[in-house]
Amino acid sequence: MPKLTVNGREIEVPAGHTVLQACEASGVEIPRFCYHERLSIAGNCRMCLVHQEKAPKPIASCAMPAADGMVIRTDTPEIHKARQGVMELLLINHPLDCPICDQAGECDLQDQAMGYGFDRGRYRENRRAVKDKDWGPLIKTVMTRCIHCTRCIRFATEIAGVPELGATGRGENMEVGMYVEKALNSELSGNLIDLCPVGALTSAPYAFASRSWELRTTESVDVLDAVGSNIRIDSRGPTVLRVLPRLNEDVNEEWISDKTRFACDGLRSRRLDQPWVRRSGSLEPATWPEAFAAVAGRLKSAKPDRVAAIAGDLACAESMVALKTLLAKLGSPHLDCRQDGAKLDPICRAGYLFNTTIAGIEQADACLLIGTNPRREAPIVNARLRKRSLMGGFTVGLIGEAADLTYRVEHLGPGPEKLKAIAAGKHPFSKTLAKAKAPMLVIGQGALARPDGGAVLALAREIAESCGLIKPESKWNGFNVLHTAASRTGGLDLGFVPGPKGRDTAAIVAGAGQGAIEVLFLLGADEIDTGRLGSAFVVYIGHHGDKGATRADVILPGAAYTEKDATYVNTEGRVQRTRRAVFPPGEAREDWAIVRALAESCGVQLPFDRLADVRAQLAAANPVFATLDTVLPAPWGAFGTPGEVAAAPFRSPIRDFYRTDAISRASPTMDECAAAFSGSPPGLTGTHG
Amino acid sequence: MLQDKDRIFTNIYGFGDAGLAGARARGDWSGTREILAKGRAEIVEVMKKSGLRGRGGAGFSTGMKWSFMPKEIGARPHFLVINADEGEPGTCKDREILRHDPHKLIEGALIASFAMGAHVCYCYVRGEFLREAEALQRATDEARAAGLIGPNACGSGWDFEFHVHLGAGAYICGEETALIESLEGKKGQPRLKPPFPANVGLYGCPTTVNNVESIAVAPAILRRGPEWFAALGRPNNVGTKLFNISGHVNNPCTVEEEMGITLKDLIETHAGGVRGGWDNLLAVIPGGASVPLIPKSICDTVRMDFDSLREVKSGLGTAAVMVMDKSTDVIRAISRLSRFYKHESCGQCTPCREGTGWLSRMMERMARGDAAPDEINVLEQVTRQVEGTTICALADAAAWPVQGLLRHFRPELERRIAEARARKSGRAA
Repeated sequence: MPKLTVNGREIEVPAGHTVLQACEASGVEIPRFCYHERLSIAGNCRMCLVHQEKAPKPIASCAMPAADGMVIRTDTPEIHKARQGVMELLLINHPLDCPICDQAGECDLQDQAMGYGFDRGRYRENRRAVKDKDWGPLIKTVMTRCIHCTRCIRFATEIAGVPELGATGRGENMEVGMYVEKALNSELSGNLIDLCPVGALTSAPYAFASRSWELRTTESVDVLDAVGSNIRIDSRGPTVLRVLPRLNEDVNEEWISDKTRFACDGLRSRRLDQPWVRRSGSLEPATWPEAFAAVAGRLKSAKPDRVAAIAGDLACAESMVALKTLLAKLGSPHLDCRQDGAKLDPICRAGYLFNTTIAGIEQADACLLIGTNPRREAPIVNARLRKRSLMGGFTVGLIGEAADLTYRVEHLGPGPEKLKAIAAGKHPFSKTLAKAKAPMLVIGQGALARPDGGAVLALAREIAESCGLIKPESKWNGFNVLHTAASRTGGLDLGFVPGPKGRDTAAIVAGAGQGAIEVLFLLGADEIDTGRLGSAFVVYIGHHGDKGATRADVILPGAAYTEKDATYVNTEGRVQRTRRAVFPPGEAREDWAIVRALAESCGVQLPFDRLADVRAQLAAANPVFATLDTVLPAPWGAFGTPGEVAAAPFRSPIRDFYRTDAISRASPTMDECAAAFSGSPPGLTGTHG
Repeated sequence: MLQDKDRIFTNIYGFGDAGLAGARARGDWSGTREILAKGRAEIVEVMKKSGLRGRGGAGFSTGMKWSFMPKEIGARPHFLVINADEGEPGTCKDREILRHDPHKLIEGALIASFAMGAHVCYCYVRGEFLREAEALQRATDEARAAGLIGPNACGSGWDFEFHVHLGAGAYICGEETALIESLEGKKGQPRLKPPFPANVGLYGCPTTVNNVESIAVAPAILRRGPEWFAALGRPNNVGTKLFNISGHVNNPCTVEEEMGITLKDLIETHAGGVRGGWDNLLAVIPGGASVPLIPKSICDTVRMDFDSLREVKSGLGTAAVMVMDKSTDVIRAISRLSRFYKHESCGQCTPCREGTGWLSRMMERMARGDAAPDEINVLEQVTRQVEGTTICALADAAAWPVQGLLRHFRPELERRIAEARARKSGRAA
């Protein structure tokens, strides 16, 4: 551990740290533009100059390794002058258009110009102007503002794994861009906006929407995939204007996927803002008492085992536990949170969690991906896999659809045949796994949401056990299920699954079609085949006018994840909470409260009145709900149903990354992305002729 | 004055045969095996003792540089890279070696590579030097056919490969780390140091980058002994050196001379004197475009070596002497250099990317006199802002000529501005 002196204070830093990190550690702030903790070091902005004793000229602290006995000064007049000099040079060709720049207020250049800028310019020549680039529907470029820090180039190349950006030209003609101009095709491209220290890359959907100082910030959690990325929601008045990442080293580091970031405009359209009741075939606006009365009236005539509930992918744990309690009180065992039919069951928690944890991927040295395309299903997990891959010594095998995952993957085969071979130890990859110190497998919903999913799950468990993925002595659990639905783990944790003799999703849908299910509650469930529900009386509790609402007989408008304090469990089993940033629109209410009020009007008393009571109910259902923001290791056990496996190839459940749920389907930005990147036409609405 | 017996480059004008037979007749490739038999440590020791300072411009001890390479060859191979990207304006010494005496370079490359444990040497030739690269390739083929290089080079037991690589014409690729990047097939941009190339260089392997002339003189030093070389020139500035004299002289030429010869002697003896006589001299840029010019008063007495020129706040650089007589518009001359650096800046570091453009534009206006008198101070300050804050030395090289101009010709700038203002107000009236 090198020991050095910064401004007269001695400090010891870990070997390999740079002078800049040492200065930070001793509490001295170093201005910088190009340096970023998670990117390689470029050392080109020259803003972080410090004085090193015996060095002939100032050194760039970001690029200089801290060495024993170094004497660093950051507070000399020479250093201040050197930084002022660099600042002036940065500004001579910067347009200084802060009043019309979206970055203003949160701009590194602006902030540091306060510390190192002159009060007037000495540059009397013409300023440089650079043609803007077209990087697709998400990123707005104003290249004249670019200060050539190359953070975006390094992010695209290193983190996102799409080495498309570069600098063309040299000297003052240097431009950041693509040699052949096209949209930047990455699920993580939005992070370029955060990385850009100036206003060269800004959010296109957010352009001119608001000034940064007008926004109210709420710390929350994303629910558009099962990663549970930590986010901050920036809102103004009743509107969520943008979503930014929040640092969480264990989950998303400081990245979020483009869906997480840009789908928030879907929260403004196709919203359900008042109850609706179907009268003589068509939905008509109603009041809450009218809607409740309609449900209560129909429930009264239905026998308990003719009532069922399906929870969708965005449902929070509170609403699920409330609905589960209601069904229990009504006496129905027919409920399911696995609307895609994934053959996961709550018997063994380790059997449906991402046990290795996302951060744990960095410890693994071999990985088998089964029926999953993490790049589409969970870009943040994929970024972690790529990060691990770049460290070297990481073998990745894939059974399923071949895909470009941005790192080297050995494609072993399309379907279960190869899986059986690995489980039987007849495939070279079984040896790879067995030899590895920390092997892991990731099984996706593409392998589980099929009729033989239980058998596939059993095969995966067999591999985990026979190839040494479970190492109790080193507390290593390499068995991982990658979910795609934010609600899934929570639903399984609180047992939102069929009770004794209960029907699962497929049986509920079939029962509804045959008339065996008379009343069906859809808790934001839009991904089921709503056309096959027959004459069942459908009660839809949710926030978007999507497929479920279209089929509903009564619509009870709920709150989206930005509008409620709600609990979600991510794919690792990490219990996290969203916070309310804005109120639900119109007459919409929080979902658990809707269920509570509905029960009351049906003559059923639910044992909670306040959110705290619901949460107590949750903790009673499963103690994990009492442990926030941590992952409890789940004990290994038996799960899966050994049996015959069909030969059909695995297929990732996500065909279009940009449109997976009611919110992203309602988002115009995601529509544009889908058209630009997934090659699918924009979703049609009723007004499209 | 260098005597003919001490001359190293005896075919610099191409009067003799540049091929292997001619080179052998001039003494090249004689006893190469015996030189290699001395062993790595001994060769490096001789080079250190000779006091040879790198001929590429910075003047770092060549022997010392060779000694920085790891003593044992580890998992990563060692490389020698020869910098033949001779792009410094006014400089044309390496090209004479490449086309008229290439065997000296190839022999030197073998010896240097052996001394540093490298089996492979890349010679990065400036893109514009197409004919020179061809000449070097011809010589390489000859040497390989004769068994002088290739497996068991010269029968020494050392395998040695020599590759000629043609650049694409960027000045910045003459900077050693940018050269390495370019050689790897990337955009030529200098790398951060540390790590230094001797540790992490070409393809991440230990690498030494040497100038053509430094390598080409090595065989002669090893053959004739370090004492002979060290006895030439002045203390700490020893040996012979190729000087390029261009500009307003009667006979522009490239000539090998002893280090420490006076500038006046050099010009009068070899270049036929300044056009119109010594008194017609205005200023001299003594070491390629990157070094500050010196006015006649200094030229009268200054010696041409690293230390003497540093004392007068200039530098020996590549020893490319550019002579300007009194007919020269010295502001325009320096302005042209500023434009060159603006054009050649790689664009990586802020001060250089932005500063070279600013300097160039200001200098252009200064040349016209289209400036405010206080802008001379701004110009001076900008050169200080640019200097010493970047990854490589291109920004320094852009700043120094302007600083030299301001140091010695400030009244000229002021006069130019005053005249332009007078003209303007005269027109207005």
